[in-house]
Amino acid sequence: MVFLSNLVNGISLGSIYAIIALGYTMVYGIAKMLNFAHGDVIMVGAYIIFCAAQYWNLPFIVSLLIAMAVCTLLGITIEKLAYKPLRQATSLAVLITAIGMSYLLQNTALLIWGANPKVFPDLMNLNTLQLFDGQLSIKGEILVTIAANIIIMIALTMFTSRTKMGKAMRCVSEDRGAAELMGINVNRTISVTFAIGSALAAIAGMLLCSSYPLLQPTTGSMPGIKAFTAAVFGGIGSIPGAMLGGILLGIIEILGKAYISTELGDAIVFAVLIIVLLVRPTGLLGKAVREKV
Amino acid sequence: MRTKKARFITSMVTYGVVIALFIILTVMIDNKSISRTLKGQLIPICSWIVMAVSLNLVVGISGELSLGHAGFMSLGAFSGIVMSGWLLNGFQMEDPSLRLILAILAGGLVAGVVGALIGIPVLRLRGDYLAIVTLAFGEIIKNVMNCVYVAVEGKQLHWGFLTNELPGTLLLNGPMGAVKVKAISTFTAGFLLVMFTLIVVLNLANSRSGRAIMAARDNRIAAESMGIHITKYKMMAFVTAAVLAGMAGALYGLSMATLVPTKFSFNESINVLVFVVLGGIGNIPGSIVSAAALTILPEKLRFLQNYRMLAYAVLLILAMLLSNNPVMKSLLKKLIPWRKKPADGEEAMRA
Repeated sequence: MVFLSNLVNGISLGSIYAIIALGYTMVYGIAKMLNFAHGDVIMVGAYIIFCAAQYWNLPFIVSLLIAMAVCTLLGITIEKLAYKPLRQATSLAVLITAIGMSYLLQNTALLIWGANPKVFPDLMNLNTLQLFDGQLSIKGEILVTIAANIIIMIALTMFTSRTKMGKAMRCVSEDRGAAELMGINVNRTISVTFAIGSALAAIAGMLLCSSYPLLQPTTGSMPGIKAFTAAVFGGIGSIPGAMLGGILLGIIEILGKAYISTELGDAIVFAVLIIVLLVRPTGLLGKAVREKV
Repeated sequence: MRTKKARFITSMVTYGVVIALFIILTVMIDNKSISRTLKGQLIPICSWIVMAVSLNLVVGISGELSLGHAGFMSLGAFSGIVMSGWLLNGFQMEDPSLRLILAILAGGLVAGVVGALIGIPVLRLRGDYLAIVTLAFGEIIKNVMNCVYVAVEGKQLHWGFLTNELPGTLLLNGPMGAVKVKAISTFTAGFLLVMFTLIVVLNLANSRSGRAIMAARDNRIAAESMGIHITKYKMMAFVTAAVLAGMAGALYGLSMATLVPTKFSFNESINVLVFVVLGGIGNIPGSIVSAAALTILPEKLRFLQNYRMLAYAVLLILAMLLSNNPVMKSLLKKLIPWRKKPADGEEAMRA
């Protein structure tokens, strides 16, 4: 029973990683850049929800929608101001800019909201599900997280395979030059990708802080890095890969913390990353791309 | 491409200025005309200079991003401290300078071996993997060093993982880090380490291997078709940088009385990256100047403490935009007309 409850917790944490990893993997697939600031967009989303719910007493759904709108705007703004001017630059320059952006968001949040952790309010007020005569209790937040993950997964798959914009996104990620020749507006496609990723980040921020209710300016950075690990684990650029990698990584982290050592939980997660890169650099579901010379 | 002669002159001027500064500072220390705070900062400044120059070897010369440079520093610092404590307790080696040299060598060796272990899987891949793996590595080191306990009993070294029940005196105490370290680092040792780093890095950059490393950075496919073994040369730069960072760590660790593992966090790695970017990517003398200036300035501007990282973040973004965006670049050229134009070859390569 303890194992089962750990497993459920792992899947829940993994679902959060998976939603964050989607943001990383879509941006990486299309803009070929590692958006370090993604984790901090999560933090901003969580703070917006916190303010909306705590100070303005807005209902939960409204505050979530506000946070999604703010994060979408933030994502597009970051892309326009910092990443778009560097489209032609080396990946080193883009990476350093992204790190700068991450620090900019963290330190701005530090100045606005202060360093003291805020206790995230219990917004959803859900009951705990009791199974096996109360031997296994699953918190409502966990079920919501897993359900949200499945819904987002299905919606995104439909979006990328059915809609015109989704198809354009896949084209740009495959060959940007050819997509441009076919009349696809590459810049707009990249902006939409950032917008979707950032809106998902707001949802991830809400789910993350409902399960782990301490909110501070660095809240987003560590889950962000782990979610990127998950994206690499599943195969960077692949949407089902991000999902699979996220859930596996969440399970590995929770089980590692429970059965190996609490202090080493993070170290285990990152060791997984190094092993994956050693054995299968393209990740679980990634395709090896031959380089054309 | 600059001529051989120009590069030789730059190297010589760099060595000369560093030596001159060392002599001036030593004289000032003897005259006691140097402030206490600055005197206390001299050894850390030397370590940060070594860190910045060695990171510049990875970022500037080999064109990869390493975000775990503080991890190598941590490894070097703690192995240096263990080495020094072991020599003192086990072998009654009283001579501090010999102990410091052996400790710095141990720090460099450990960091170099670990650097090679990380480099082998990662540097085969193309893309931004080195950045994310070195970042992960930095976190692993921080976590693992929190659980490591090392004790010395006579000539025997005992080590424990997650347990501090070891015989003898504890040298490393898990999350408490190293306590009661005998500070044996001296400014002279720091200066010598800076000189050693400069000789290694400048000679590597101006050698056949250095040109191979830069060729791999500028155009991987072209370099490969000229017969350059990309992984080998990227490894060379990465491992050399790791060794130097380990040495800087040992110097730094042995200048403090206590040192906790959480000191070497991701923030420190980013600090070093800021030194490199502001000094100029690939510009070794620039790294020295910015490392020294950005170590001294925050002490002087303590009242702006909260804005320091914010300013760093803005500087990182602006530096990248100004140096990489074509529109910004031409704007910059109009504003600063005497800024030297990049060589024709460089422009042609970008196009």
